[in-house]
Amino acid sequence: MKKYDAIVIGAGHNGLTNAAYLAKAGLDVLVLEKNPYIGGATVSRELHEGWMYSNCSYVCSLLRPEISRDLNLPKFGLQVIPYVGGVTFKRDGDYFGNYDDHERQYREIARHSKRDANAYERYTADVTKQTRFIRPFLLRTPPDPTSFKPRDIQELLYLAKSFYNLGEKVLGDTLRFWTMSIGDFLDEYFETDVIKCHLAGSGIIGTALGVYSPGTAYVLLHHYMGEVDGSVGAWGFARGGMGSVAKALAGAFQSFGGEIRADAEVDRILATGGRTSGVVLANGDEIYADIVVSNLDPKRTFLDIMAEEDLPASVVKQARNFKIRGSSGKLNIALDGLPTFHGLPAKSPLMTGDMHFIDSLERMERAYDDWKNGTWSQDPYVDMLIPTQVDPTMAPTGKHMMSVFVQYAPPKLATGEWTDKDRDAFGKTVIDQIGTYSPNFKDLILHAEVRTPQDIEDEVGLTEGNIFQGELTFDQLLFNRPFPGYAQYRGPIKGMYMCSSGTHPGGGVMSAPGANAAREILMDLNHPSTVPEAYPDD
Amino acid sequence: MTDSEIPPLLLQTPFHSRVADACEINLWEDWKGYTTPAAYSNVELEYFAMRNSASIFDITPMTKYRITGTDGHAYLDRLVTRNLKKLDVGRVMYTAWCNDEGKVIDDGTIFHINDDTFILCSQERHLDWLEWSALGFDVKIEDVTEQIAALSFQGPTSCAILKKMDLEGVENLKPFDLHHYPFQQTELMVSRTGFTADLGYELWISPEHAENLWDALMKAGEDYNIKPVGSEALQIARVEAGFIQAGVEFVPAEQEVRVERSRSPYELGLGWLVHLKKSNFNGQQALKEEKLNGSRFRFTRLDVQGNKPAENSFIFNQQKKVVGMVTSAAWVPTAKRNIAFASLEMPWGKPGDELWAEIYYLRELKWARVLEKCTVLEEPIFDPERRHATPALDY
Repeated sequence: MKKYDAIVIGAGHNGLTNAAYLAKAGLDVLVLEKNPYIGGATVSRELHEGWMYSNCSYVCSLLRPEISRDLNLPKFGLQVIPYVGGVTFKRDGDYFGNYDDHERQYREIARHSKRDANAYERYTADVTKQTRFIRPFLLRTPPDPTSFKPRDIQELLYLAKSFYNLGEKVLGDTLRFWTMSIGDFLDEYFETDVIKCHLAGSGIIGTALGVYSPGTAYVLLHHYMGEVDGSVGAWGFARGGMGSVAKALAGAFQSFGGEIRADAEVDRILATGGRTSGVVLANGDEIYADIVVSNLDPKRTFLDIMAEEDLPASVVKQARNFKIRGSSGKLNIALDGLPTFHGLPAKSPLMTGDMHFIDSLERMERAYDDWKNGTWSQDPYVDMLIPTQVDPTMAPTGKHMMSVFVQYAPPKLATGEWTDKDRDAFGKTVIDQIGTYSPNFKDLILHAEVRTPQDIEDEVGLTEGNIFQGELTFDQLLFNRPFPGYAQYRGPIKGMYMCSSGTHPGGGVMSAPGANAAREILMDLNHPSTVPEAYPDD
Repeated sequence: MTDSEIPPLLLQTPFHSRVADACEINLWEDWKGYTTPAAYSNVELEYFAMRNSASIFDITPMTKYRITGTDGHAYLDRLVTRNLKKLDVGRVMYTAWCNDEGKVIDDGTIFHINDDTFILCSQERHLDWLEWSALGFDVKIEDVTEQIAALSFQGPTSCAILKKMDLEGVENLKPFDLHHYPFQQTELMVSRTGFTADLGYELWISPEHAENLWDALMKAGEDYNIKPVGSEALQIARVEAGFIQAGVEFVPAEQEVRVERSRSPYELGLGWLVHLKKSNFNGQQALKEEKLNGSRFRFTRLDVQGNKPAENSFIFNQQKKVVGMVTSAAWVPTAKRNIAFASLEMPWGKPGDELWAEIYYLRELKWARVLEKCTVLEEPIFDPERRHATPALDY
């Protein structure tokens, strides 16, 4: 039977990125995917005829430009189109809009508070200091602080130098920033609730924490450190939906001779004598390779497809304790036309961006209280976009597709597992909230896909439906991701590696974990790296 | 003279009322004496309208000559470097034309409208040269720049919008085809041409119908994310497309003051436009000699490492000697490359040559300098299927 050089488990964007860089180095690589389609949570699906949904991840910014360029993803069909705008609707009929040009933005904030409009400049400068600090680390392997290997010492020195370069004041700010809550952080800049609220969303998306929970300020940074064509913090739509990212990565991988097998669920990673020799599929087939890379989250990797007896007890313990809590659901809606919203002029440029319906931090915190109580938020925070205003390919002309990310939704309800009835009620809660602000919205609905955290886990394989494959809190970042001692993409047995968002630098459609893991694997094989270096962020 | 007035510094195109309404940021520039927008609202979004949906760019200031007369075809064939005899009625050809020294006067497009009528469209003005070249030919050359209003209408949804405007069969136009369509009470000439290397058209109409054309496009394009775009966005698309521009990549030969400022077609990567074996044409002898003895410069398209555009950069070889300079540069967002056009001294610029761009960039009032490695490109970096497909694809 044929033996591959490497098997990658899971055809999500990180698995495909990892596989592409291994194949680029000349390795014979097989990617295995449990679903009949590739992409994992980076997927476009036609669930209503004529409408394409980005039914998991829905916007793009974090995808490393070095990787996009190096793998020539445009040649394989990837086009990321930036969007602007964004709006938070208020209960009193007013709204706060996020304009892309500086002076109109100033006037819009000033309409709510002149002081806030000025403070926004300080806020932007301070957040930019943090993104400049973090961005160079995205395509680097975190150092092991307990190691005395020359490379770890060198990387630790690089980290220390980066800290030193921040200057004393900013260094203090950075340490605070990485540990404080987004609510407290924004309180230091703004007095207007709706403005804080519009910005705070980025601190809680995908996170089972509230706006006043420590650690949420960093989550905001995670949403600001990406870029579209050099515009740091900008977000865009992948033309044709997020599946275009996976498709392009797969195209690059296949151009290097790689092989993808769909409908091929891995049951077990083979391990004998402290090293891996391949995998067993759910259908019983065995496939052999000296290198096996898991793109599944740490819980699934170590608790589902590896046997406890093959692993050090400490790894089993750490995998069990790994925080990967489900906090969000998703609605994907086919619309017969473009909805209008109270207070907004028709076709306002604000509508091409992210829309929200919670106007105070207190309401956001209450939404989190519902999650803690084991129910979905009755007054949810949604991150809602209508990409078809920009992308002509995802719905029939004049019709629209709406993506509604919903926070919070627990992985299990206080009443037990999610039922069909619960799912319907969850969907209704969200649709009712949107309907409150949009008079024609409900009449325009042609089809809606409602996804609970349980649905996302079942279909995509993300434990609890956690979009980041593990919480982005400081205890699980950098050299602690997924856990101390295993942050350099090497697993506990020889030949086994991790490349998922559960490793540094974490979730979002970034491809950095996949690329970083490939660099480590190639290093172990004494093969020159095929992974590009990061652009300096100067 | 009576009713004497000081002539206006800048003219307005027949689309001006619509352009001015749409131009939110009042970023105007002077293009061939016309007030034209550098941008309307957001350059990035305008660029993406060209690459993702549909864009309108007012090209009325382009210089247009109508050539009529029984010798029209023969005259133009003698004028330009390319074999024009193959240019049938209903077709357009891109070509260059040279002076007798074989240096490029300009590049542009020639439209074969009907048996005896051609339109020559270019960036620069050339009536003087056109008339000198016409000695002995039975032709009439008129400057019709002001008599024809024109829009460049580019992008993946452009054909769908024209179909919605009931331009029957427009999807069957092949690249470089032209056809006339009834439009309201007049005639609209449509050519499948453009400056973006994408699916796109150029629309030609008499000035009094210009505003109606604009309105009809905007209305039909409402659900197709149609946007008017300015010159800054077009610049990015042009560099991505790999197209040169007169006055940027070369000094038009008739305007050259200092030596070595003009370029031959070979020195601009336009060797494919030179048909040395065809019958006599302007510059033929000089170009034959150049072909034999070699050129002075090589036009190269470079893929520059890093993400900083190599604007105005000098290009160095591995011995750190300056071997040329960048004429145009941009980060191109669809192909995701950092592209520079460079004019290099021979023999530099061959595929595989080790070249470096010296890039200056400003960060918070402080200039910094970086040397980035350049790779000579051999293939186009942007050449989508929809650019060539006939019938035109629906985005």
